[in-house]
Amino acid sequence: MTATIVPPTSISVRRTARPVPFARLVRVELRKMFDTRSGFWMLVSIGVLSVLATGAVIVFAPDSAITYESFATAIGLPMSVILPVVAILAVTSEWSQRSGLTTFTLVPSRGRVIGAKAIATGLVGLGSMAVAFAVGAVGNLAGSALAGVDTVWDMSLSTAPQIVLGNLVGMAIGFTLGVVLRASAAAIVGYFVVSLVLPGILELLALVRDWFLDLQPWIDWNYTQVKLFEGTTDTGEEWAMLGSTTTIWIVVPLVIGLLSLRRSEVK
Amino acid sequence: MITVESLTRRYGGFTAVDHVSFTARPGRVTGFLGPNGAGKSTTMRVMVGLTVPTSGSATIDGVRFADLPNPGLEVGVLLDASAQHAGRTGREILTIAADTMGLPRTRVDEMIELVSLTPTEARRRVRNYSLGMRQRLGIATALLGDPRVLILDEPANGLDPAGIRWMRDLLTDFAGRGGTVLLSSHLLHEIEVIADDLVVIGNGAIVASGTKEELLAAAGTLARSTSPRDLAHALEQAGIPSTLAGDGSVRTDADPARVGSVALTAGIALTELRSAEGAGLEDMFLSLTADTQREGVAA
Repeated sequence: MTATIVPPTSISVRRTARPVPFARLVRVELRKMFDTRSGFWMLVSIGVLSVLATGAVIVFAPDSAITYESFATAIGLPMSVILPVVAILAVTSEWSQRSGLTTFTLVPSRGRVIGAKAIATGLVGLGSMAVAFAVGAVGNLAGSALAGVDTVWDMSLSTAPQIVLGNLVGMAIGFTLGVVLRASAAAIVGYFVVSLVLPGILELLALVRDWFLDLQPWIDWNYTQVKLFEGTTDTGEEWAMLGSTTTIWIVVPLVIGLLSLRRSEVK
Repeated sequence: MITVESLTRRYGGFTAVDHVSFTARPGRVTGFLGPNGAGKSTTMRVMVGLTVPTSGSATIDGVRFADLPNPGLEVGVLLDASAQHAGRTGREILTIAADTMGLPRTRVDEMIELVSLTPTEARRRVRNYSLGMRQRLGIATALLGDPRVLILDEPANGLDPAGIRWMRDLLTDFAGRGGTVLLSSHLLHEIEVIADDLVVIGNGAIVASGTKEELLAAAGTLARSTSPRDLAHALEQAGIPSTLAGDGSVRTDADPARVGSVALTAGIALTELRSAEGAGLEDMFLSLTADTQREGVAA
């Protein structure tokens, strides 16, 4: 044993240490969404698929369909699948890859970490949508020029925000599943169940049971999301329906998931 | 200083940690020992806020870990070197940690150099790291914030002999500068060399704690003679219980001076007489945790 040189006194907590600012957490979480191979390719694929979808519209669509809406729809489809997965992995990788052991040791307030992830996820969503609209616009210009038709900008200013909101709803569903299930595979499977399997079941139920027909728009989040993608959420009642499905599928499970996450063990 | 007070953690009906209390003092290396599943890791996870205790508390200089404003600057933690995103590079993992703590990026390079990862290795993804490299990376993460307290679970695991020596010097030096070190290990020899204080846990409860000298002195005396049976007999006559081990040594709780005088009186020539410290930590560990060992070994 070497001799103790410094007397073991006056070791105290550095009271000058400041709490980790929330903006810094958001920056770190944003970085963590890009810095793995899977995260990197996920984001690259958003760009690549936007361009591919645009190319497909130019090549395959009839001249009459060379409109901004066609491009927006073609790009929106892959986007609406990838973005929720990005949201899921932002949360679940901490558990599936066990990096949470370090994350939650450096920032013990798990609520703040999850909050930072939510903001970062939202920023990625908005950024991706901006890229999508831009690529679509370039595609529309190029497509109409190639086809020799007039450039048609047939998307109203009220539609675009609804499409953005629709994608954010999809991401929020993914994020919620991530918080509740805390396992990548389970959450991704869960997402495809609630986005592909569940709507069919609810649709069927509405067909065979009349009383459910009126209820479906209040319960089926896909129904309200499709409305958003179509830019047709207009009346107060339709917004109330969106509020209802959001409460059922996002707010309530998210709150329950967060409560259990805050006390759960990180292993 | 780490203070653990009456810490208990239950999982349903199973009590993983049962009213555990001990302190790890500044300027000293505290070794945390126990058989597999004794509750070491659970205790350490509670200390750093990853597991919520059922009752009791663990504090760092009087503050709950979760209440530390920027814990990375005060407590360096390594619980599981493999718990890292396999798709990140070593450098990236350190960069994220440095950013979270608000440290300059130059600190990342300093740490990579300190733990002897080459720049090429630091650029590789952790998926391709050996256990020893992951341990080095984990230690780099723990030291990044220049903390005063280190909590390390099995840090020597997977390190090569040179790495183990390096780790030993690093921790001794850290404690020498007034830092607090709590480390668990199965490598008893390592603990014996490095630790100043020991805490032994078995079945979730503390079975022994104190300075290494105290605990090992309590292990008694080991004596050998050309006729071990006669020695054991003489000790028995003198009212000193002893055990005759298979290797011909005689062990007893009495101190060496007493055993020596008994042997002299009985005219028995001793070939070896020493406090059982050399036989050491392993024997102590096995006897203290005998009830809790899976193999049912008794010392």
